[in-house]
Amino acid sequence: MAGQATAFTAPTPHQSPGLPGLSLLGFNRAQSIAFLLLLAVLLVGPFVLYPVFLMKLLCFALFACAFNLLIGYVGLLSFGHAMFFGMGGYVAAHAAKVWGLSPELAILAGGAVGAVLGVVSGWIAIRRQGIYFAMITLALAQMVFFVCLQAPFTGGEDGIQSVPRGNFLGLFSLAPDMNMYWLVAGVFLAGFLLINRIIHSPFGQVLTAIRENEPRAISLGYRVDDYKLIAFTLSAALAGVAGGTKALVFGIATLTDVYWAMSGEVVLMTLVGGLGTVFGPVLGAAVIVSMQNYLAEFGAWVTVIQGCIFVACVLAFRAGIAGEVGRWLRVRL
Amino acid sequence: MVQDRRSLLMSGAALALVPALAGLPSRGRAQGATSLKIGVLNDQSGVYREVSGPTSTACVRQAIQDSGIAAKGVNVEVVQADHQNKADVGATIARQWIDRDGVDVIVDVPNSAVALAINGIVREKNKVYLNSTGGTTELTGKQCSPNTVHWTYDTYMLAKSTGGAMVKTGADSWFFITADYAFGHDLERNTSAFVQAAGGKVLGTVRHPLQSTDFSSYLLQAQQSRAKVIGLANAGTDTINCVKQAAEFGVTRRGTKIAVMLMFINDVHSLGLTAAQGLVCTESFYWDLNDRTRAFTNRVKGSLGGNYPAMSHAGCYASVLHYLKTVADLGGAAAKADGAATVARMKAMPTDDDCFGAGTIREDGRKLHPVYLFEVKKPEESKGAWDYYKLVQTTPAEEAWRPVSEGACPLVRA
Amino acid sequence: MIEDLIFQLELGLPQVVLGLVNGAFYALLSLGLAVIFGMLNVINFAHGAQFMVGAFVAWMLLNWVGIGYWPALILAPLIVGAFGVVLERTMISRLYKLDHLYGLLLTFGLALIIEGLFRNGFGSSGLPYAPPELLSGPPVDLGFMFLPKYRLWVVAAAVVMSLATWIIIEKTRLGAYLRAATENAALVQAFGVNVPRMMTLTYAAGVALAAFAGVLAAPIYSVNPQMGSSLIITVFAVVVIGGMGSILGSVLTGFGLGLVEGLTKVFYPEASSTVIFVIMAIVLLARPAGLFGRA
Repeated sequence: MAGQATAFTAPTPHQSPGLPGLSLLGFNRAQSIAFLLLLAVLLVGPFVLYPVFLMKLLCFALFACAFNLLIGYVGLLSFGHAMFFGMGGYVAAHAAKVWGLSPELAILAGGAVGAVLGVVSGWIAIRRQGIYFAMITLALAQMVFFVCLQAPFTGGEDGIQSVPRGNFLGLFSLAPDMNMYWLVAGVFLAGFLLINRIIHSPFGQVLTAIRENEPRAISLGYRVDDYKLIAFTLSAALAGVAGGTKALVFGIATLTDVYWAMSGEVVLMTLVGGLGTVFGPVLGAAVIVSMQNYLAEFGAWVTVIQGCIFVACVLAFRAGIAGEVGRWLRVRL
Repeated sequence: MVQDRRSLLMSGAALALVPALAGLPSRGRAQGATSLKIGVLNDQSGVYREVSGPTSTACVRQAIQDSGIAAKGVNVEVVQADHQNKADVGATIARQWIDRDGVDVIVDVPNSAVALAINGIVREKNKVYLNSTGGTTELTGKQCSPNTVHWTYDTYMLAKSTGGAMVKTGADSWFFITADYAFGHDLERNTSAFVQAAGGKVLGTVRHPLQSTDFSSYLLQAQQSRAKVIGLANAGTDTINCVKQAAEFGVTRRGTKIAVMLMFINDVHSLGLTAAQGLVCTESFYWDLNDRTRAFTNRVKGSLGGNYPAMSHAGCYASVLHYLKTVADLGGAAAKADGAATVARMKAMPTDDDCFGAGTIREDGRKLHPVYLFEVKKPEESKGAWDYYKLVQTTPAEEAWRPVSEGACPLVRA
Repeated sequence: MIEDLIFQLELGLPQVVLGLVNGAFYALLSLGLAVIFGMLNVINFAHGAQFMVGAFVAWMLLNWVGIGYWPALILAPLIVGAFGVVLERTMISRLYKLDHLYGLLLTFGLALIIEGLFRNGFGSSGLPYAPPELLSGPPVDLGFMFLPKYRLWVVAAAVVMSLATWIIIEKTRLGAYLRAATENAALVQAFGVNVPRMMTLTYAAGVALAAFAGVLAAPIYSVNPQMGSSLIITVFAVVVIGGMGSILGSVLTGFGLGLVEGLTKVFYPEASSTVIFVIMAIVLLARPAGLFGRA
């Protein structure tokens, strides 16, 4: 092909001026401000907006952040993340309904299944790079979809219905939306900060090195495949947590969440928000979920609009919201 | 300048939430206590569009008009939505309708998977649920609810009417092609029970996802089993495609019979009489059954865009009509305040409407009326538009439905 | 034991024949994908949508204009191919200098748009399209089964089309340019060949192949907006198994996997929808480049 292909996710070179005093948890100054803002929105949100909508948004935000860990920091485009999200949902729902586990354990079970599935599919998929990697993850996810379609415990087209929200730690009833909201907000924050911690750890620095120049990382003696597999598994586990949380919020786990369109949706959220940015996926999830929610009455037009956003992002706004805003403000978000 | 940009950053981050804020829920419901909202939740784009869809909404509007409720000072508004045959989509819509938009009644809901999901939500929120197009007997069985009336048909009555008639003609070995969700499983289970009770055997079953297009390999699997009857435990366009492809592959040439367990008149219309002639099917309403059904059809026909009402649409009409009669009896404010009490009152009042005649609603939420077995006419027998059915057999209301004792509905035991 | 197996196979033979019909579609679609990928280095996610559009164009030609199956078999690919030219010129060509993954994302977005538009226009329950008179009528009695004539024709048409494509690419001067440009576009351009135009036409040709498959599929599966998206992911797996290396490879893998799927339906029907993906995993573990691919 003509010309050297540029890196899939262009790193933003600008560093914000490192003013002391306002940098927490490894964030730079702009990120710290954004994080405080995020906290404020999390605290005030449920008193202003419909809590169920906010919970859905947070589940998808965590899902997108998990996905971003892989594409933004390792440069691997997985087109099959729905398998972790959906399977996490099924297992959490099954655990809460049939085994009677408490909600926090059910969510953890969802994460565990995501991790196991991540190890297996990652082990197969990281043998190839680039488009092949994307196609393989997509195909594996489709296989998981077919398994879900036929396995008796998933309930076919019915899904797993009337999943109880249960009592947090066996004490606090989650049936009221507000109580459930605080749990979801907690799960989201924990996941978000964990991802942030991973990115800033030495492990995360190696991942970035792999993204920037894989052959050089190999020549420096890093076992690249091991790093990729660990990152893939972490991302899968967090996607499983997000799926499990969503299943508890809505009390239902269905095929929609394992379908390939869901894999596409999380790519879209991350792309819209900004690949490889810390806050981008959250913004992207907020935009896409709000759009789906408030345009729902237009039926299939939502799909058309999503497609148009996809095309526009790829052709013109490859840096996404966080990337473009960051470039404009000369900060890294 | 830099400072300006920084402050913009904040608003930028908040920007993503603007659309959400703009669409802020109108939490305050309409203040007049005499304003009711009916939500028609069904399939507007998929396999069940023809048997529910906009025709159901038109029938609900007709019921509001016929009830004359407006003259009694109760204002009724209708909203509709497409659940896309997905339980999660339907559940989300129902929650928002009730939580934010102040919907009091949810009507129609084809697709048993979605129907069951809505059942739980309406009960939790103490509203009214009038299911017409969902088929599963679970609605009046283990999952029965004091807020639900299941009006038109269910899988037990289909199995008894159609299945019973097939078994009588000597069809004693069956293979099922089943839609893989609550309705299909239910229909297959109920029909198997009748087949086995009559000394027949079920040789096998294959399950397909909703909205499949190619049934050839399922049909061949059925043929491989050497069963005398292939039972189609599915509905809508899935059934239509099965019947068409069975003809294409010459399945019936080797003497295998096709038992269509659920077919609506709109499905016959799509298939055409040439392909559908001779099939038998069960409905609880036919537009050309008697003077009252013809009168109803003539009233509503103009707003259906060329479609004709099937039993599912008639059920939407009749259930809403009976609900509004109850509202007139209870008073709008009381009906709005307590869904379970309204449904209890509906059960206490006898029903009477043009579509199903006089009837009652049983304790478990099951509406009782006679059930008809029809045979599809040959093309040369059909005299006009939508003249498709010959009446073969009528099962009286007392015999057609599953006895309360077999349903295990907790409401009844209590 | 062996007799039992033979008996099973005899009963299952019809499934194998059906598998061949499915294989015909896998082959045609993976062929189009391979042609596009070879030249443009783009994985055309919109391939399934274009397959669906082919079927819809045939339906529209029949119901709106009154043009029947046989002309549609040529017209629909031309129309959809022209649409492909527009897509390539206005959008896809702008991504050649970027990572290939952007091509995948762009075509994914296009697939969403196309599918959404058709769902709005036609609903999702599917429209009937009757097979042409010549091929309808009573099914052929093969002894062990009745096979509709139309399905026989599909297999034949797919084989002929695949052979024709192979001959064009491997045996003609145009094909030689194409292959050369795949190896080194700059050099071919230096020899005075208009490479951008060739790329446009290649994309159009690949898309036209998808539309051709779509018209073939219209009488079998009812014409509906989702008909392509469910197929395309299986085709991706087929492509990964075959490797992107050769035209012949994708055709052989397509038919082969259709057969395997059919055989699975005989012995273990529950696994029939997953078997291709399992094979994909095994092939990747043993030969990461695919069966016919060059590492």
